[in-house]
Amino acid sequence: MSTAVQDPRTQSPVNYLNAEDGLKSWLLTTDHKRIAILYLISITVFFMIGGFFAVLMRLELATPPGDLFNSDTYNKLFTMHGIVMVFFFLVPSIPATLGNFLLPMMVGARDLAFPRVNLLSWYLYIIGGIFVVATVGLGGVDTGWTFYTPFSSTYSNTWVLPAIMGIFVAGFSSILTGLNFIVTVHKMRAPGMTWGRLPLFVWSQYATALIQILGTPVVAITLALCALERAFHIGIFDPSIGGDPILFQHMFWFYSHPAVYIMILPGMGVISELVTCFSRKRVFGYDFVAAASVGIAVIGFLVWGHHMFVTGQSMYASMVFSILSFLVAVPSAIKIFNWTATMYQGSIRYDTPMLYAFGFIGLFTIGGLTGLFLATTAIDVHLTDTYFVIAHFHYVMVGGMVMAYLGGIHFWWPKMTGRMYSEPWAKFSALIVFVGFNLTFFPQFILGYQGMPRRYHAYAPEFHVLNVMSSCGASILGIGYILPLIYLLASLKTGKPAGPNPWGAKGLEWTTQSPPTTFNFEKIPVVTEEAYAYAATTEEETVG
Amino acid sequence: MQAAASGFEWLPAQASTAARGYDALWWYLCAVSIVMTVLIFVGVFTFAIKYRQRSPHEVPKPIHGSLRLEIAWSVLPFIVMLTFFFWGTYMFFDNQNPPANAMNIYVVAKQWMWKVQYPNGTREINEMHVPVGRAIRLTMASEDVIHSFFVPAFRLKRDVVPGHYNDMWFTATKPGRYHLFCAEYCGTEHSGMIGWVTVMNPRDYENWLSGGGGEGSMASQGEKLFQQLGCSTCHLLDEQGRCPNLRGVYGSRVLLSDGRTVVADDAYVRESIVNPNAKIVAGFQPDIMPTFQGQVSEEGILQLIEYVKSLSGRKSGIISSRQTGQTEGSSRGGSQANEGQGTLQPEGTSMTTQPPRDMANQQAQRKGNYRRNQ
Repeated sequence: MSTAVQDPRTQSPVNYLNAEDGLKSWLLTTDHKRIAILYLISITVFFMIGGFFAVLMRLELATPPGDLFNSDTYNKLFTMHGIVMVFFFLVPSIPATLGNFLLPMMVGARDLAFPRVNLLSWYLYIIGGIFVVATVGLGGVDTGWTFYTPFSSTYSNTWVLPAIMGIFVAGFSSILTGLNFIVTVHKMRAPGMTWGRLPLFVWSQYATALIQILGTPVVAITLALCALERAFHIGIFDPSIGGDPILFQHMFWFYSHPAVYIMILPGMGVISELVTCFSRKRVFGYDFVAAASVGIAVIGFLVWGHHMFVTGQSMYASMVFSILSFLVAVPSAIKIFNWTATMYQGSIRYDTPMLYAFGFIGLFTIGGLTGLFLATTAIDVHLTDTYFVIAHFHYVMVGGMVMAYLGGIHFWWPKMTGRMYSEPWAKFSALIVFVGFNLTFFPQFILGYQGMPRRYHAYAPEFHVLNVMSSCGASILGIGYILPLIYLLASLKTGKPAGPNPWGAKGLEWTTQSPPTTFNFEKIPVVTEEAYAYAATTEEETVG
Repeated sequence: MQAAASGFEWLPAQASTAARGYDALWWYLCAVSIVMTVLIFVGVFTFAIKYRQRSPHEVPKPIHGSLRLEIAWSVLPFIVMLTFFFWGTYMFFDNQNPPANAMNIYVVAKQWMWKVQYPNGTREINEMHVPVGRAIRLTMASEDVIHSFFVPAFRLKRDVVPGHYNDMWFTATKPGRYHLFCAEYCGTEHSGMIGWVTVMNPRDYENWLSGGGGEGSMASQGEKLFQQLGCSTCHLLDEQGRCPNLRGVYGSRVLLSDGRTVVADDAYVRESIVNPNAKIVAGFQPDIMPTFQGQVSEEGILQLIEYVKSLSGRKSGIISSRQTGQTEGSSRGGSQANEGQGTLQPEGTSMTTQPPRDMANQQAQRKGNYRRNQ
């Protein structure tokens, strides 16, 4: 690879990175690309914090007795891992970084509809993050990320209120991002960029944004009620003061189940971009893939009760939630089949982003199929609250979303920084992630059916072997996540210049220089062709 | 895949009538999932290899899609999912309603222990004993937060929610000692809130049960509470007092002052104790009875319920209308007010003739005690 050592910020033509200098120019920026970078740095920090908690948990679970930490510490570890990873990494991950960076460029706009609101959303995220970091500093919280009442509202002796405050504030960040995306997609598309020509990444962001603005207020209200009960003993959820603990679960999951689609839909959008680019083909069944995103967003609001089959919920309600949960699996299956069909008769390259796309398709398939186990009421009775559930949602969230996120970061890294990273290292670490991930989480499916409950500090000795496998896998996975951090940062200094379109990809973001200028386009582009018109390519630019 | 390596078993023991059916459905789901996964993997790998890029200049023919294929891979998987749905729902429903002759055991969960009461007054902590071949209905209450009663060998789990009763039922099929876990996170010692369910042969069980209960049956303990708490001053039993006469109430339909009718089941009796004004019986005044919330433990409330049941000439373990909204018939159960240890004859199952197995002891030894060292 090239040994060019020019700094793109000084040598390249004017771009969004070197247009202005100084900390203030970053902290007061309204440029969607700079805000994306701010988000990228902050969610990486939170990912490391959340990952650190996970490492400590896996160390504890390497042996059956609780010998490394006491129970309270372990309970705080899994709680903080969950809160940080869900609310401060997964929810903002792709929308706030890649979405912020790419959505305006993909629709041919100079920025998002409300640039200052966009900056506000980052500040809200940071304020929420400060609350959460403060919670950890004060001594942590031990309710589990689900905050089930009346434990959280009455019985826990930890820092529940600051944690709730952090999530509450960060929720508004999510709402504002969603609002910005919806308005941008409606009002700021370039001439000729019809709805039917939108890249599928935009469709998935749009569907995500719908959930963000419709769902997030509900979790904000729910947690606020929980905080009111805790602070002022207003009886809402605690039966000893007249409340109903199950009401909390209904309200919590009404957001938090759609929230898992906030966490996966953007990843699906990324995969659509990767599969088309590296197969050099139009996506198979564009309408169906786009509609599937919206379908998931809508049906996703109707399935929350599948978290509550064993709470004593009416069995007829459980039956309805069960069938709706199967129904929401259909659009996900449509996507998987269409991506596979897109590769048919393609011209497939194995660059790093495509390796992550392969990983996503495989792991998300397993994550989705095991979701069907949990949608089956009778089987869920045995499996809920066991490690099977842990394995299932990590296959979707980590095997799916984090794979897509890493694939997306590798794909658009040249666009964001103007530099290529080390391809051999990137391929190696993609492999490490895949192996480490499966070793960590596959044994947990078996542990779950064997009956190991989740959130256990100490466990029965017959579960030992599989837990050791899982802990080994976690250490491999950890290496797989640290490697990209190193070689991507190194590429800023040593990477060879990427040029505007190193992958020969379609999409308006590839028509501008890398890194782009502050307002993205010299003049607003006019769109004359559908998305992924690879057959119309006349010139080829390739690397590697 | 089911073959077990030494000391390692893929699945927990099958020790309830439900377990076999659950495992069958589990293997069916596994089989379908494996077929689907292989299908996708083969597709991805085949295409990735067969259509790998050979020249950077090749331009593949665009394919817009196929309505037929889209319909096929939407509808066919959904039809397969419907088989999961119907099979799963059938078994789920089957496990909601306890049979009429189920034997009652009461469970009170609190941070971080399981307290078990039998109608004859026997009590245990973190241990439960049940006979083989007899349907057992657990009525479960929580003193504090949400817990969840989970016995992997039975493939059953039910949350134990403060403020109301959840029940579950099972029929154990195999003598042995099986893990009882709390499955819903409940605070510091959640992972220590564990115990054992011991499944015994009916004869051994009767011997075991007759050894306990020194304080008298639950109903008689409930009667003492009824006096101590002063309930008997208003709820007169031989005439109508300021409050309803409770004789014959349990299991009957009660007309309320607002015109509704409710079945007097466990939940109704409990509510009448902790929140007396919620449902006022027609012909009586509100605000006469004070709340007993916080003055009587969940175990005490269960004893009072047993007592109220005995006033209707009932054995324990009859009413379960809450799950289904259906009213169980009122002619169920025996006619005596005794607590039913005399009725432990198993319901014609071949398990009764089997000798107790050594398995139980072996399992207990192998698993040992793994609770955290304090």
